[in-house]
Amino acid sequence: MPSGGHLLSVLIFFPAVGAAALMMLRGDDHKVVGSIAMLIAVAEFLFSLLLLRSVPIGASGYQLEEFAKWIPAPPIHYHLGVDGISMFLVLLTAFLTPISVLASWHSIQNRVKEFFVMLLLLEVGVVGVFLSLDLFLFFLFWELMLIPMAFLIGIWGHERRVYAAVKFVLYTMAGSILMLVGIIWLYNATGTFDVPTIQQMLANGQLVLEPRTEMLLFLAFFVAFAIKVPLFPLHTWLPDAHVEAPTAGSVMLAGVLLKLGTYGMIRFCLPLFPEASHRAARWVAVLAIIGIIYGALVSLVQPNLKKLVAYSSVSHLGFVVLGIFAFHNISMQGAVFQMLAHGVSTGALFLLVGMLYDRRHTFEISEFGGLATPMPKLAAFFLFVALSSLGLPMLNGFVGEFLILLGTYQRHWGWAAWAALGVILSACYLLWSYQRVFFGDITREKNRPLPDVSARENWVLAIMAVVILWMGVGSPFITRRTAAATQTVMDQVEPQWAYEAAAHVKAKAHANHVSSYAAHTMSVKRLGTR
Amino acid sequence: MPAHPMLEYLWIVPLLPLLGSAINGILGAKWPNKYVTLTAISSTGLSFLCALEAVREFLESGQALSRKEFFTWIASGNFRAGFDLQADRLTVVMMLVVTGVGWLIHIYAIGYMAHERGYYRFFSYLNLFMFFMLILVLAANYVLLFVGWEGVGLSSYLLIGFWFLKKSASDAGKKAFIVNRIGDFGFMLGMFLLFRTFGTLDFQTLFTKAGSWPAEPMGHFGTFTVACLLLFMGATGKSAQLPLYVWLPDAMEGPTPVSALIHAATMVTAGVYVVARSHVLFSHSSTAMLVVAMVGCATAFFAATIGLVQTDIKKVLAYSTVSQLGYMFLACGVGAFTAGIFHLMTHAFFKALLFLAAGSVIHAMGGEQEMPKMGGLGRKIKWTYATMFIATLAIAGIPPFAGFFSKDAILFATFQSGAGDRIRTLYVLGLLAAVLTAFYMFRLIFLTFHGKPRYDEHKVHVHESPWSMRGPLVVLAILSVAGGWFALPAFFQGPDYFANFLGPVFGAREAVEAGAEAAAHQLELILSGVAVLASLIGLAVAYRLYIKNPRKADDLARSMKPAYTTLLNKYYVDELYAAAVVRPLLWLSTNVFWKATDVAGIDGTVNGIAHGAAAIGDGLRHSQSGNTRSYAVWVVAGAIVVLAVIFFWPSASKIALGLVR
Repeated sequence: MPSGGHLLSVLIFFPAVGAAALMMLRGDDHKVVGSIAMLIAVAEFLFSLLLLRSVPIGASGYQLEEFAKWIPAPPIHYHLGVDGISMFLVLLTAFLTPISVLASWHSIQNRVKEFFVMLLLLEVGVVGVFLSLDLFLFFLFWELMLIPMAFLIGIWGHERRVYAAVKFVLYTMAGSILMLVGIIWLYNATGTFDVPTIQQMLANGQLVLEPRTEMLLFLAFFVAFAIKVPLFPLHTWLPDAHVEAPTAGSVMLAGVLLKLGTYGMIRFCLPLFPEASHRAARWVAVLAIIGIIYGALVSLVQPNLKKLVAYSSVSHLGFVVLGIFAFHNISMQGAVFQMLAHGVSTGALFLLVGMLYDRRHTFEISEFGGLATPMPKLAAFFLFVALSSLGLPMLNGFVGEFLILLGTYQRHWGWAAWAALGVILSACYLLWSYQRVFFGDITREKNRPLPDVSARENWVLAIMAVVILWMGVGSPFITRRTAAATQTVMDQVEPQWAYEAAAHVKAKAHANHVSSYAAHTMSVKRLGTR
Repeated sequence: MPAHPMLEYLWIVPLLPLLGSAINGILGAKWPNKYVTLTAISSTGLSFLCALEAVREFLESGQALSRKEFFTWIASGNFRAGFDLQADRLTVVMMLVVTGVGWLIHIYAIGYMAHERGYYRFFSYLNLFMFFMLILVLAANYVLLFVGWEGVGLSSYLLIGFWFLKKSASDAGKKAFIVNRIGDFGFMLGMFLLFRTFGTLDFQTLFTKAGSWPAEPMGHFGTFTVACLLLFMGATGKSAQLPLYVWLPDAMEGPTPVSALIHAATMVTAGVYVVARSHVLFSHSSTAMLVVAMVGCATAFFAATIGLVQTDIKKVLAYSTVSQLGYMFLACGVGAFTAGIFHLMTHAFFKALLFLAAGSVIHAMGGEQEMPKMGGLGRKIKWTYATMFIATLAIAGIPPFAGFFSKDAILFATFQSGAGDRIRTLYVLGLLAAVLTAFYMFRLIFLTFHGKPRYDEHKVHVHESPWSMRGPLVVLAILSVAGGWFALPAFFQGPDYFANFLGPVFGAREAVEAGAEAAAHQLELILSGVAVLASLIGLAVAYRLYIKNPRKADDLARSMKPAYTTLLNKYYVDELYAAAVVRPLLWLSTNVFWKATDVAGIDGTVNGIAHGAAAIGDGLRHSQSGNTRSYAVWVVAGAIVVLAVIFFWPSASKIALGLVR
């Protein structure tokens, strides 16, 4: 087994060790507890940056693999690995955790120590999910992350927190059970939980799934992931969970947890069940498109600002799912990029909404109005983030959306055309809500003396803004590193595609053939368009 | 040192305003206005000088196209969008108009905005606009062009909503952005289609590839037609054409320098620029060309009719802008791209001047914009009056002012472009729009500057604007007079300098027309005469109604009440959109999607399942009574069931036993 040191294990368990250490502390000095949590989170982020060095550009396959036998029978192993896709998702998680710590600095006042412990444990679960290459291990982390999240909502949430937490857990569990059945079924068929091994068996024909079985297995995994995304119509846990969760919980939920679903689709649904994925693609795309438009329209009419942002996630994640199931190289990369971009911008939106809540203890849009006058800086940041969310070019949201639509259009122009309506609608709901919150005269006297951003908030928002801009202008930094991984997924899901790509490479080798090949495809395309 | 340093570092031209914007945006809040002014004016001024130098180098180098790739911005698979800038002669015209007029308007704004709160914010936005507009015209591929395209939309949103305390202003800003987004929907799909067909969105490669394809005949909806119509959809949004023009009149909520720069001279012409830039594609589709011409012509006429009765001085100019943009599209649609760009340029001069002069009037009147409350200002603000009069002559198409040459070129090209009935209709409508233009413009002049004052002279102290405002007026007035003289020699059978200048861009197609033009010189003179006559008719009617017999206008309005109110209410298009689109959508979203589907339907089902599970559990709870006798009953009942199964359905017992084992 290849060994790349133990960076991945460190990344998973360092926050756990940190959390354990934090538990030992006396919890009465909030500042000390917060500082230590921050220290742990920042250290974890710095560790995660090491990944950038270890995952070479263009290298396909998993890097930094770690393997240890764990349970002999059934053979469950501790198998970790990282590729371009999971690397950035880990980076995103490690980036958003310290941000969440900072966001909770003053707004969490009771059981502060426990709060940060939960936040760090959540990070353990999420990073574990992204790095696991063993299905059972994956499932373990998948369930593990549920617990701290449920507590974050249930203990530190708002009025209907218990309802929201229970709903969140039950919804996710319903999917998890299906997935567990799928995992066990796969084990029965293959005798292993190891994902790369199963992929190998599929590739060399050792494992052939009967279409019906494949479809059932696909669905077992897919439903679990679709709930997490959430894909229409499995999304109704999300608005409740978001509205009730504390700010940090929302940031992590929208920023990272939703991506577990789309990550699962990319990592498991497509490579393990390529035929079923193809057969299901049309229906998935329809649901994704409904989600894009429906999410945006429902978002448009929300009187509650946080719910509005929550529904916007349904819309944005619809783009991601569409990009994945369009089976096009470009849209797939767009989907991965959009996952990251959405994590940052929607995370930032929830931070901003949280800051408004800290000041006014309400999410009702009608309670705001004219806030640009007392807090111009916060208004400026909010606009910036809203613009990134509605996909203004040069900010991060555009790159993902554009690549998804561009790639999707190449294969299914109709899907792209419908989905592109979301681009109009996102401008509607974001600008309309922005207007109602920040523009006009101050309608409530309570809003007049509200303070503008504090130094801490200013830093948090400035960091988010810089990342948003950087991702929007320097997107190749990310896409170059995810290219090999997405190509691998494309090859797995679409052997024919891979064949064509290989043919293209061959043609390139013979330089004089290139032009004839291009001419040939051109003429074919011409015939196609006429 | 490279041979052509400025061309080599072309990014400096857009970067300077971006720097200005960033500096003012971040530091300006704490600075005195002086520094803000210095930053804004010097950054745009330097940008203008750099642009001049770049143009000089470009012309000196004799290239047809100078192209530089700076960095890759998006890359995925075989798709690449680079931060690539290019300069050709079309860019040269646009770049000079943007930086030149932009700079003048910056200077004007010093005076106009002097007493506003948020002075720094204003200039930061205005510089940001310059950045995006320059990106738009310098971009070497559609994606970067789209950056500028959306970016100017953003700046426009910010500047329309500059006075964000006013609901009407923030409404207008939002409307502008969203309506533009509707157009952008088409624009994006157009890009996707082009990429699917040609595998690139880079102008140079794409146009070279596309050029070798056969053209599509009329009525054929092939790649070119669909792609062009989609791009044109974007253009109708940005350039306020039917049916997406509704945002532009509302955009007048922004400060007047903004109206002049963004909503008259530069941004709104971006759609025309895109069509001209994509002329290779459009020339491949007669269908798309005809659509462009028809939409342009219809808009030119339609907007002019609304302009007839508006009373707000800026609204008149806004509808006039919509109408003039229609002319530009008409020109492009009939294949006279040169004429379209020519009109774009002259229009930038005289319409910017009209707006700035209107701003000067509003300034003088202390904020009043309603023309019925003005009158007789000509004697009090002479500079404003004189410059605005020149601009009016120019837009009305009176020789030898700039607008005459460009409008004449458009009408001539329309007349010549074919003998079909459709084309003749286009020409007649274009000519009628010219009559209307002259009428509403002179109506504006007469109502504002002539007659008796209709305001309280004790309350309003009319005063001429400061020199920082008058200066740009004078410069623009000179340009409005002389800006069209490039085409003057053509009237004496000499060369048309402007057409020749753009020749390398628009290529052979235009050259053929230039040949035909010489042959039809006689015809052109006749048509020019007709056009001038049309303008004079408009002028004369306005004179009769508003100078000679001022009461006649009201009588006329009363006698044609339904028509008058329809025009006054802009054909109720806004109301139509609200009733047909906005309100149903909101109703549907609230009641059907959110409340019925989401809350009652899906969530109701989910909660129903939860409650059902609880109810079942609650029911079963009663079986766990703890009572021994009732358990005994259950045992007996169970035994009976098992025996019954074994007796009646022997195979089932085997399965059951198998499960146990």
